[in-house]
Amino acid sequence: MSIRFLRRVGVASAVLFAFAVGAVAQEQTRTQSTAQSTVDLSSVAATSPAGTGSTADHSKFPILQREFTSGPEVTTACLTCHTEADDQMMHSIHFKWKFDNPRTGQKLGKSVVVNSFCGNVAGNEPRCTSCHAGYGWDDMSTPPPRQSTVGTGWDVTLPRPTPEVQQSNAVDCLACHDRSGQYTKGATMAGHVPVEPVKPGMKTITGAAAWAVDLKQAAQSVGMPGRENCGNCHFYGGGGDNVKHGDLSSVLYDPPKEVDVHMATEGLNFTCSTCHVTDKHTWAGSRYDVLASDPHGTGKPGERRDVATCESCHGNEPHPVGANPLLIARGMKLNDHIDKVACQTCHIPEFARGGVATKTLWDWSTAGQLDNGKMIKRHEYTQSDGKELHTYLSTKGDFDWGEDVVPYYSWFNGQIEYTLADATIDPSQTVEINRIGGTLGEEGARIWPFKQMIGRQAYDSGNNKLAYSHVWGPETDTAFWTNFDWANAVEAGMKAAGAEYSGEFGFVDTHMYWPITHMVAPAEQALECQACHAQDGRLEGLTGFYMPGRDPFSYAGMLGIAMVLAALFGVLGHALLRKFTKKAGG
Amino acid sequence: MSKRQVKVYPRFERLWHWSQVLSIVILLFTGLGMNGLHHLIPFGPAVMIHTIAALALLALWIFATFWLFTTGTWRQFVPTLDGLVEVAKFYAFGVFKGEQHPHKKVIWRKHNPLQILAYFGLKMAVFPLIWSTGVLYMTYNFWEHLPNAGYYINIIANLHLLAGYIVAAFIIVHIYLLTIGSGFRAHVKPMISGYEDITLTSEQESYLEENEPWRLKDK
Repeated sequence: MSIRFLRRVGVASAVLFAFAVGAVAQEQTRTQSTAQSTVDLSSVAATSPAGTGSTADHSKFPILQREFTSGPEVTTACLTCHTEADDQMMHSIHFKWKFDNPRTGQKLGKSVVVNSFCGNVAGNEPRCTSCHAGYGWDDMSTPPPRQSTVGTGWDVTLPRPTPEVQQSNAVDCLACHDRSGQYTKGATMAGHVPVEPVKPGMKTITGAAAWAVDLKQAAQSVGMPGRENCGNCHFYGGGGDNVKHGDLSSVLYDPPKEVDVHMATEGLNFTCSTCHVTDKHTWAGSRYDVLASDPHGTGKPGERRDVATCESCHGNEPHPVGANPLLIARGMKLNDHIDKVACQTCHIPEFARGGVATKTLWDWSTAGQLDNGKMIKRHEYTQSDGKELHTYLSTKGDFDWGEDVVPYYSWFNGQIEYTLADATIDPSQTVEINRIGGTLGEEGARIWPFKQMIGRQAYDSGNNKLAYSHVWGPETDTAFWTNFDWANAVEAGMKAAGAEYSGEFGFVDTHMYWPITHMVAPAEQALECQACHAQDGRLEGLTGFYMPGRDPFSYAGMLGIAMVLAALFGVLGHALLRKFTKKAGG
Repeated sequence: MSKRQVKVYPRFERLWHWSQVLSIVILLFTGLGMNGLHHLIPFGPAVMIHTIAALALLALWIFATFWLFTTGTWRQFVPTLDGLVEVAKFYAFGVFKGEQHPHKKVIWRKHNPLQILAYFGLKMAVFPLIWSTGVLYMTYNFWEHLPNAGYYINIIANLHLLAGYIVAAFIIVHIYLLTIGSGFRAHVKPMISGYEDITLTSEQESYLEENEPWRLKDK
């Protein structure tokens, strides 16, 4: 062992330290530099803008070169070529509004569940079914109609079409495939399209004043769905922009990169279906049965994966392992998290970003107050774009809103169990409209972000069950929004849903949870470690496991601090004693 | 018998000492930051720096261990009872009476017996505790599937923390003791220059002149 060798080793260690210190500085400037992506986007970019590369120009098809007077007429024309499309659509959740959860066995879907927003579809059909991917479903007690004979506009006096072996023109092709941008559905027309003459006061499903849709132009424009096609319904769930989900708002029509790194028009320009891939008109991605952990990752090269998970593109080691020791440590440590923490937890630091608020509280119990017989409307929440949002309406009660909302975090295995209307509830407790499945240590359960919706809504106080209510119905004498009488509204709702009713009702506090998975921020805006690794961090509510940084005063910590203090006071005492005794000794 | 300036801390030992100082300062600072005791460094950079500094220190320790055994320096660190009580008594009483430090540096014993005992405890107990818990802590993802891994990581992390605090307490006393006797500067200087005044017998002197002349500074 020569001294020279040892000298070199020593020098090497010193260099390593210097390198490490330098790399920290580099790490701190990383945020300014271009974020590295772990995904090869060359393939998605090519298919991203809707309809590009099609071999068919629908405006040249003779069958579409005519005037149409209703949606079903257009569908009939579509089906002459796309012979299986109606059948495929009618088996999809978009049409059935029914979902048999294979994991919990629950029968779910819009047609069945009660939520903490408008409550239920039954009894309120023409309003709620305005966003149905079909035409003319006005009665939840029957499946959606397969055929429609509707000609000019929606006319409830027409006889109900009889289902035959013939094709199903009651499927709405244009809602998803119109690329003319002027196709819409009337807000209270059970899915039908406003055409001449447009009823005065009629609105569209997004709340705009309705116009007469040019169905010929729409039919000739068709292509693969763009974000408007999905957004016109999904961004407006719950009756307004971003009301329901919190992570799906009109901002996503044209989001800046900070709001959605994937959908940003200036960036990757994803449409919804870039991730929500389809097979025979069935979409990947479900809120009822979530793939909360996807260890399969990207799969083998060329393997088709019909899933909408982050991992299906980013794989299971998504964080780049950098080019210097510090970045290697960083990438590896971040990748160590993915079995316990969902991508969304760090990469969607807040939801309802980009200037559109989401509804966070809805208290139905205060609805119905009138000012000398006139409806009260208060707009006391100012959105960041200056828009005043309602905080009290006689029709709906009290509200609260939130922008840039910090999510609620929970272990989540992908299963969500609903409190359906036949379940007995305990009205003295807050009722969970849906329960997030998954616990600490469970295989496949990870920490996920959620929107927690706070509700207070009607229940059957005789039977202790959630109640259906009839709110919309301008022509009925029981609808709450026109008559302001809860007793009649609940009774009519229960009747419409075919539910047993005790005749007594009350209001119960509820929570409802919405998994947050959209509005993924650019990497440099992901949560910093200390958002959770700190005292009172974001995961404060999740306990039972060790997490560095959130308990500096554990027993070991206290003992250590005591030891250091003892050493400090010990040497201080010793030093003082030395000083004084020296003085004494002269 | 003559007093000579003898190289007691060769270049590697000094580099070892000061690299260790640097890395331990970095480790304590980043470690206590991660632990949540202070917020002078964000958690992420603290983890990165702590990891790299720890790996570098581990590498250094491997080389130091090799060096200790190949050069025979390990003998300097073998605890002895010889003079231990005297040194302890000196720190407890004598120092207040203006007595001289009882330990006389000799070439094969450059540390005093109490010092040796402290270093021995550090090398044989505290450092092994800190690196073994540290390595287990760092590699948690390789063994997290074992039964009760979540329970063990809690214990391991807390032991690691405790060992870190022991090192911190050691440093306080270590630095303080430099001020006793010939004084802080005089105590630190040999660890920089390598040379210290040592009383040599004429046999030792002639041995060194003959066999290890690099150890002796010219008179």
